Amino acid sequence: MQLLLTKNFHLGHPASLKEYEASGGYSGLRAALKMTPDDVIKTVTDSGLRGRGGAGFPTGKKWSLTDRKSPGPRYFLVNADEMEPGTFKDRFLIENDPHQVIEGLLISGYATEAEKGYIFIRYEYSGAARALERAVNEAKSAGFIGKDILGSGFSMEISVHRSAGRYECGEETALMNALEGRRANPRSKPPYPASKGFRMRPTTINNAETVANIPHIMSLGASGWKALAAYEGGAGTKLYGVSGRVKNPGLFELPTGTPLKEIIEIHGGGMRDGYSFKACLPGGASTPIIAPDKMDVRMDFDTVSRIGSRMGTGCVTVFDDTCCIVRAMINNLLFFTRESCGWCTPCRDGLPFVHNILQRIEAGVADMDELGVLEENCETIYPNSFCAFAPGAVDPVRSMLRLFREEVEKHIKTKRCPIA
Amino acid sequence: MFSDERMKKLREYVASLEHPEEALVDLMHEAQEAYGYLSDEAAEKVAEIANVPVIKVDELATFYSLIFRRPVGRKVIFVCDSISCWVMGMENLFEHLKDRLGIDIGGTTSDGAFTLLPICCIGACHVAPAMMVGEKLYGNLTPEKIDEILEKERA
Repeated sequence: MQLLLTKNFHLGHPASLKEYEASGGYSGLRAALKMTPDDVIKTVTDSGLRGRGGAGFPTGKKWSLTDRKSPGPRYFLVNADEMEPGTFKDRFLIENDPHQVIEGLLISGYATEAEKGYIFIRYEYSGAARALERAVNEAKSAGFIGKDILGSGFSMEISVHRSAGRYECGEETALMNALEGRRANPRSKPPYPASKGFRMRPTTINNAETVANIPHIMSLGASGWKALAAYEGGAGTKLYGVSGRVKNPGLFELPTGTPLKEIIEIHGGGMRDGYSFKACLPGGASTPIIAPDKMDVRMDFDTVSRIGSRMGTGCVTVFDDTCCIVRAMINNLLFFTRESCGWCTPCRDGLPFVHNILQRIEAGVADMDELGVLEENCETIYPNSFCAFAPGAVDPVRSMLRLFREEVEKHIKTKRCPIA
Repeated sequence: MFSDERMKKLREYVASLEHPEEALVDLMHEAQEAYGYLSDEAAEKVAEIANVPVIKVDELATFYSLIFRRPVGRKVIFVCDSISCWVMGMENLFEHLKDRLGIDIGGTTSDGAFTLLPICCIGACHVAPAMMVGEKLYGNLTPEKIDEILEKERA
């Protein structure tokens, strides 16, 4: 398969401008600048690209919603605040090929008529942040960033913002608050960022991987890029990750819609000797569990949704037979209770409550009634929280109660963990 | 402490911005670098440079997990305790670290070398279990490897 996003990963260092251009870099920008913004949006819409941050919203559609009629300034934000547990794709992407994200941002900014772009990156990714800052300077010197880019009349500046922790910063409106120097609590919608976002101006925001695909869509054309998927109706390539007790944990660029089984068994190398596959989280800590019987599912947004889970970030965490599913969910809830921004009650107070019941079940001190309380709390928290954080926290727990009910009940009935 | 030269640079940076508040996270990182943690004095300096009330700085500082309002050791050990590292046996390694350092989570060693903190997924799941010492990432951890790292990082 033709590698696009990962084609410079073999270098073993962040690709320089020279290396990036040698591999075809910035030709997508040149192509885009010869088109009208409307045509660039149409190309991205036709390509079928969907948001790689986890929600899968059609990128062209998002761009077309941006208010381009009101006078500027407009902004384009790149979300590189990768903090979804189990996910390491944006780290690889930026550490290996920072210019790809910058070129993608420039084209995205051109299409949405934005004059300023920000790349919001988590503080822990210091190497990636430094690579980005170097790449921004290189691109500036080469005339790709700044005034009248390549004589097109289009001008755009780019800044890198290094954050300071907290998962909630990745929620799009919370990210805008963070960038404005406020606490990263989510905002109520409407108004939507497309009309009133960063600094209450029209703002478009996409994940780093989403944006990195844009130059390739421009170079290959919408249909050429779309056809790279593993099946008719899919679109492009996708970065898939595998972690857990597999032989070859890592990140792989594969046709979108590659079956989960193939990702884990072929690319991830299958289970390590002495361990067997129990279940997996297909795309981060907020995606419902997938059991072995659904392993042939194609990893794309719609297909994974149809089996009751979500593709999320496409970075799979594998649970082996030594993992107690209740303990796995306790670990997940530890993360979510700690990272909750505290803005709304179902999340701030509900998640610690869920965490507590899970711990009681695991310790063998819960009774069957508490299982009902757990279920009721998950169902109450899910639709009643302010943003997508708390639904993402309880969704895997709900899937555990559906798929591993027997193992959960065994904890209660035998008053001990059946695994450890 | 901020040197006079650094103060001047930061003031110039803030003056170049349309919205000085947007510099607060950068300034807190700078202050933390200069003071070791965001002490009251450091928070006041940040407020002064950005020309905002100090309560605004505190409001942000207490939100972000990587801004420390209390003293920390010379290096902070961030142990990933999220799901992929958990699968790979992070819990035992955490116990090993606590044992070796003689401190609990959030504690600082008596020689002031290390503070031990959990951190959410650091995007190193392919080399889980993983941790960071300051900015440096270490993966595929074992108890033996941790002992070597501690020795090296303490020096």
